[in-house]
Amino acid sequence: MSKIPQELKYTKSHEWIRVEGETVTVGITDYAQSQLTDIVFIDLPKKGTKKKAGEVLLTIESVKSAEDVFSPLDGEVTEVNSALEDKPELVNKDPYANWMVKLQKKGGFGETMTPEEYKKFIGE
Amino acid sequence: MTYHQATYDEPLLSEIHSDNRYKVPEADENIINLIPEELRTDNVNLPVIAEYDVVRHFTRLSQMNYGVDLGIYPLGSCTMKFNPKFADRIASMENFSETHPLVGDDSIQGSLRVMYELQVYLSELSDMDAVTLQPLAGAHGEYTGILIIRKYHESKGELEKRREIIIPDSAHGTNPASAAMAGFDVVEIPSSPDGTVDLDALKAALSDRTAAFMITNPNTLGLFEKRITEIAEIVHKSGALLYYDGANFNAIMGITSPGLMGFDVVHFNLHKTFATPHGGGGPGSGPVGVKKFLKEFLPIPVVEKSPDGKYFLNFDLRNTIGKVSPYYGAFSTILRAWAYITYHGSDGLTENTVRAVLNTNYLVSRLGNDFKIPFGKLKKHELVLTTENTGKRALDLAKYLIDLGIHAPTVYFPLNVHEDMMIEPTETVSKRDLDQFADALISASRQDEESLKHLPVNLSVGRIDEVKAARQLKLHW
Repeated sequence: MSKIPQELKYTKSHEWIRVEGETVTVGITDYAQSQLTDIVFIDLPKKGTKKKAGEVLLTIESVKSAEDVFSPLDGEVTEVNSALEDKPELVNKDPYANWMVKLQKKGGFGETMTPEEYKKFIGE
Repeated sequence: MTYHQATYDEPLLSEIHSDNRYKVPEADENIINLIPEELRTDNVNLPVIAEYDVVRHFTRLSQMNYGVDLGIYPLGSCTMKFNPKFADRIASMENFSETHPLVGDDSIQGSLRVMYELQVYLSELSDMDAVTLQPLAGAHGEYTGILIIRKYHESKGELEKRREIIIPDSAHGTNPASAAMAGFDVVEIPSSPDGTVDLDALKAALSDRTAAFMITNPNTLGLFEKRITEIAEIVHKSGALLYYDGANFNAIMGITSPGLMGFDVVHFNLHKTFATPHGGGGPGSGPVGVKKFLKEFLPIPVVEKSPDGKYFLNFDLRNTIGKVSPYYGAFSTILRAWAYITYHGSDGLTENTVRAVLNTNYLVSRLGNDFKIPFGKLKKHELVLTTENTGKRALDLAKYLIDLGIHAPTVYFPLNVHEDMMIEPTETVSKRDLDQFADALISASRQDEESLKHLPVNLSVGRIDEVKAARQLKLHW
């Protein structure tokens, strides 16, 4: 069973989102990290990068494949979790504590799901 | 069957020093005196390795390896057929192998004839009107094909508008790479629940910004796109072209063709479909075929035949995209493909296709009770199964197979099936080997998970720490 914290929102491309005022924190879900298996590299964006909802925010490489993480909203990158540059495996250990990017909200969100909807979406 | 791979503690070639010494060949004083004093040296620093050490070195390495000469090699998407030895023999003939690429047309009529005939054979097999043999690999063929499409739109004054190439999510990774390399934006569309192209998604993605739609048929799941003529119609209606990734041509050759289905541009993987040695990075060959209206854009030179029966290299195509490779393509691979086609003839090629599909479906029937095989039971040249229902990881089952001396299938591709294995037996494998493979894979799924984690133990190397290898990359050369 994948962990799906109640206080977060989710996307079909397996990102989790925490909204605090105008700041939006993005990571990948427990289900996503277990599907990826061992993560070996995370290509984090630069601070100040502007993204539209649905655009590629960053790329994760695992021993299995390379996958894109998409921006859940129109926003600007204000902070990246640079600890992941040297230790991408932290995301395997705890995908919710180890967020990837913080964005300043600049526009609307794309499609999001509640924890219950996400649980159903991944078939658990 | 017990299997133990040979294991040697073999040094690198550069670390081997034989006891003998090399001798620089004697040279005529008069010739030596032509070389300025300061450019001469007594020490040319040549490696000192005797023939017996070189041969033993490479023989040992080959014994620590696995290849198509050893057994089944069911690497999905790669089409690892047995490479027949007659083709090697023809490619090794001195008349071909010792020819200098800059020799005039008159002296190489035989080589030009082989190239010309291969262009004709490929045109006929694919129902296209013209073929270039220039590209040096499958992805190079894709790139060449996309450059031809770009030039076509440019010639119509539409290139500024047509910036997008549509690609399904099950495509080979080289497709989006080729499109991006040629300067296009990639638009990915999801597959429908049955694993084929989602027509509604395609219709929604097509517009006057679309330059082309790239697909392979059958697709990476081994499924034939039944609505391909309808797809061709709606793609053409939007003014875009239809590109055929020929990596899976071996599944339909002799039965149907990209030309009949409505494709405008196609690349061939000579090294896959026509059984020439590949893997480990080469050598490949990716000829491109086009419909008549695109012929003027082909790269130069193309081989043509004059009315008096003389073969010549034509560098004079009006709207050519230019040169895409030095000289005339991967000639040794071209020779082997020509030999393969000539040997089998059209009936033989068709039979190969039928057998490849039959072998795949035999494996479907052998494996279908133990593994979930999504998207229907009838496949073409390859099948994709998931190991999820067995509770085991595809990677661990692959290691079990390798440990028995059986090459593992492709794992974790395509991306739209979890814990998947992509199995392509080809036609060059006996029923005995198919049964052995199926038995081994079923037996693998019934092993205890912990014991699988320690495999392989019978090979020259044990379980590779893939995580460490990827995180702490160290390159030596």
